[in-house]
Amino acid sequence: MTKLVKNAVGRDVPVEINGEAAVPFQGVGKFVPTGRKAAPPIRSCADYPSDGNKIVDSIKQALVNAGLRDGMTISTHHHLRNGDFVANAVFAAAAELGVKGLRWFPSASFPIHEPQIALMEAGVISHIEGSMNGPLGDYCTRGRMKGMAILRSHGGRYQAVQDGEVHIDIAVIAAPTADPFGNATGDRGPTACGLLGFALADSEYADHVIAVTDNLVPFPCIPWQIQGNNVDQVVVMDSIGDASKIVSGTTQITKSPDRLLIAELTARFCDEAGIVQDGFSFQAGAGGTALSFALFLRDMMRERNIKARFVRGGSTQYLVDMLEEGLTDYILDGQTFDLEGVRSMRENPGHQNTSPFTSYNWHGKGNFASMLDAVVLGATEVDLGFNANVVTHSDGRLLHGIGGWMNCLASKCTILPIPSFRDRIPVIVDDVTTLCGPGELIDVIVTERGIAINPQRRDLKEQLRGSSLPIRPLADIKNEVDEICGGAAAKPDLGEKVVAAIKWVDGTVIDCVRQVGQ
Amino acid sequence: MTRIGEAGKRGPSVRSDCWIQVELQDSGGLELDLKSKVTIMYGDRIEGLLREGCEVLGLVDAKVSVEDQGALPFTLAARLETAARRAGHTPAADFLLPAGDATTYTSEFGRLRRSRLYLPGNEPKFYVNAGLHGPDGIILDLEDSVAPAEKDAARCLVRNALRAVNFYGAERMVRINQGERGLEDLDWVVPHNLHLVLIPKVESPEEVVAVDRRIAAIKQQHGLETPVYVMPIIESALGAWRAYEIGVASPNVVGLAIGLEDYTADIGAQRTNAGTESFWARAQVLNGARAAGVQPIDTVFSDVTDMDGLRDSVLEAKSLGFVGKGCIHPRQIQVVHEAFAPDPVEIDKACHIVRAFEDAESRGLGVVSLGSKMIDAPVVKRALATVDAALKVGRLEPDWRDGADKPGARRSGLLNEKGGE
Repeated sequence: MTKLVKNAVGRDVPVEINGEAAVPFQGVGKFVPTGRKAAPPIRSCADYPSDGNKIVDSIKQALVNAGLRDGMTISTHHHLRNGDFVANAVFAAAAELGVKGLRWFPSASFPIHEPQIALMEAGVISHIEGSMNGPLGDYCTRGRMKGMAILRSHGGRYQAVQDGEVHIDIAVIAAPTADPFGNATGDRGPTACGLLGFALADSEYADHVIAVTDNLVPFPCIPWQIQGNNVDQVVVMDSIGDASKIVSGTTQITKSPDRLLIAELTARFCDEAGIVQDGFSFQAGAGGTALSFALFLRDMMRERNIKARFVRGGSTQYLVDMLEEGLTDYILDGQTFDLEGVRSMRENPGHQNTSPFTSYNWHGKGNFASMLDAVVLGATEVDLGFNANVVTHSDGRLLHGIGGWMNCLASKCTILPIPSFRDRIPVIVDDVTTLCGPGELIDVIVTERGIAINPQRRDLKEQLRGSSLPIRPLADIKNEVDEICGGAAAKPDLGEKVVAAIKWVDGTVIDCVRQVGQ
Repeated sequence: MTRIGEAGKRGPSVRSDCWIQVELQDSGGLELDLKSKVTIMYGDRIEGLLREGCEVLGLVDAKVSVEDQGALPFTLAARLETAARRAGHTPAADFLLPAGDATTYTSEFGRLRRSRLYLPGNEPKFYVNAGLHGPDGIILDLEDSVAPAEKDAARCLVRNALRAVNFYGAERMVRINQGERGLEDLDWVVPHNLHLVLIPKVESPEEVVAVDRRIAAIKQQHGLETPVYVMPIIESALGAWRAYEIGVASPNVVGLAIGLEDYTADIGAQRTNAGTESFWARAQVLNGARAAGVQPIDTVFSDVTDMDGLRDSVLEAKSLGFVGKGCIHPRQIQVVHEAFAPDPVEIDKACHIVRAFEDAESRGLGVVSLGSKMIDAPVVKRALATVDAALKVGRLEPDWRDGADKPGARRSGLLNEKGGE
């Protein structure tokens, strides 16, 4: 049985994960890192072809050349989302080579990666460290995975690699376009995904780096989002992914009147809080509510001739329109969600690709997220202490990855626009099932039934005094929802077994996920 | 005799609803088979509700199968009762859950009725949040939005919704069916703090009287005191022709609404954006309503994506004299309210006139004048109405009379053409 201790937010967390010591969460900004960053081995050009041609025949051959053996860690990135063919090809090849006990370290996994379940059953993969949802999330929650999963934010993943907490033996980087030297870009090619920022840490810190492409161009591949000087081998596949599942042709905004109401209230809140001013910045993702929020903001900016300095986010055609209309000087893009986003990144110098290093890494010399004037994020649950859950469903099952969510909490004003309940599932609860974000970092919760300002933000409360917006205590909204739903929701009977640890942006353990079901 | 009845919807795409099958048996007691998406959170409560419902309905020997997709208690209760009735069971009593505190507010004869939001009667997922969008009225529809085979289910669901759902101050309306079925609808909904009944396709005052009498009978039976208003909808040439008679058919008529889809079909014309084909009918209904002393209410605007078109349509309706518009999507409500609201120029003018009027009154003068101009009584009346409307929509502060910087405060006699400050 895993030994658990209570951390600074009162959650019982393991002090040892898969045989390695883990530090319990100590409070926001409390953990002080020491030592030097990790580094890959020193290499010599004498060992690489002087003509720059690093192409090998197959992934299998590349894995053999890389010295694949039992217990190694293999990483992949998720810019190809649910259209990714590469991770499955890598582990299929590893299985053919007969290795066992691998750790898969993706930046996130998707339902397309379901074949890895069979490989876990067969012992080829011991466990996954990365966001899981769909069939893999279910497998993990039911306690079927051999090792404990570790869920990190995008910034936390960079931090873990940089700090040497996770040592990547072999990084496999799916590259929509690459040259034989290993320079690679995601902004063009038949499976273009925009950028490759999630693979940056892997390319810099892994012992061995393999680039896999289906669009080989002669040297030099420009731009080089991944530098060939970090790449050991290049493999050419027929297709690295299903383009239709990588980016969408068009991104749809929500038609739900309730979500539109929430988005509109959020935009009005930002306005009355004095956030929407010339030179401001915000981040809004590609979720329906976040997108509509951006559109309400856009209308406000147009009407009053206000211009943002930068907008962060997974980019979509809507952010691109704002850039092209001159409503923002820059898009600082962490991942591209649709074809317009990809085109803009390729063509517009104001559309800058970023990485978890620049945007999110907590163990760095500052990051972009903390400079944002406002960020809007989702959540599966919030509690009366403003703590939020983004990874599990109220029934305890793993539902979502953390993404950049935890990292964005550092912004100047963190707003969660969320419905107060979904069907009969209350979103405001007494205690979140899994605590992913401490309440002290969550400033505002906007629901269709009212806006709750964190009591710690006295300045915001003061600023909004006398506002016509429906500002209410969170407990008030909760009581109303409980009444609608027919009483407060019962909690799941969580098993003893810890199936996944949730790491905070500094590598400490903020909470864990227990087994549900068999 | 059929021994099985089912109600509701099933399948993974269903939200906030459930499917319930009741199979009547001769013996063996109650057998409950419950599958729910929210078993962990509410499984015990759902089972408790179903058992209570079976007891109230008098279902002793029955197999009850439930597939729940997050239905709220009022929906579960309605589906259970409908399934039992459909199985051929005569309930010992209606299965009524306690009425919520937030459902007891009342209405007024002359209240604002700028927007009234239609909700399909048999679609529970739209109910709970509808009032948040701030419509003046919410119509739980038993007529055109409900398939003939689901009329019984919709009655039961609408009844339960009236008892359970907080519509946040919106006037609580039900559109009943035509004819005898519509009169039966009233038995289900009138006892549950209903404010207003919309009567569809009215062509004669007798139809209004029949509804009004049935309402009175139900009220008497239940000892209800608060008025239940009616709003006839004119949807045919004959109805339009008799608009005034319909408007004065009962003192409970608060307004006349016009429905143009059926009307244009009735006169054999195509409905156009210009609306030339319906101009006479709209003017007729408007004048009939005004003559009867009730509110003239315009038809719905059916393109839910075209907000500019909606705004233009409301401004046109307002210019003709209509005071309300039907809404079929919550996002239309705010646009409708904004378009009906007096604009700053109107408000400023009205404030000047009202100040002058009050000034004259306080000095005991019979004639109101502004600068060198005399103001007629109807102008004062309209100005008072504008100020009232501006106050209601928050475009005028309640303390607008105080201070030199407030609207209408200038005594120069010159009206500020631009309005505002």
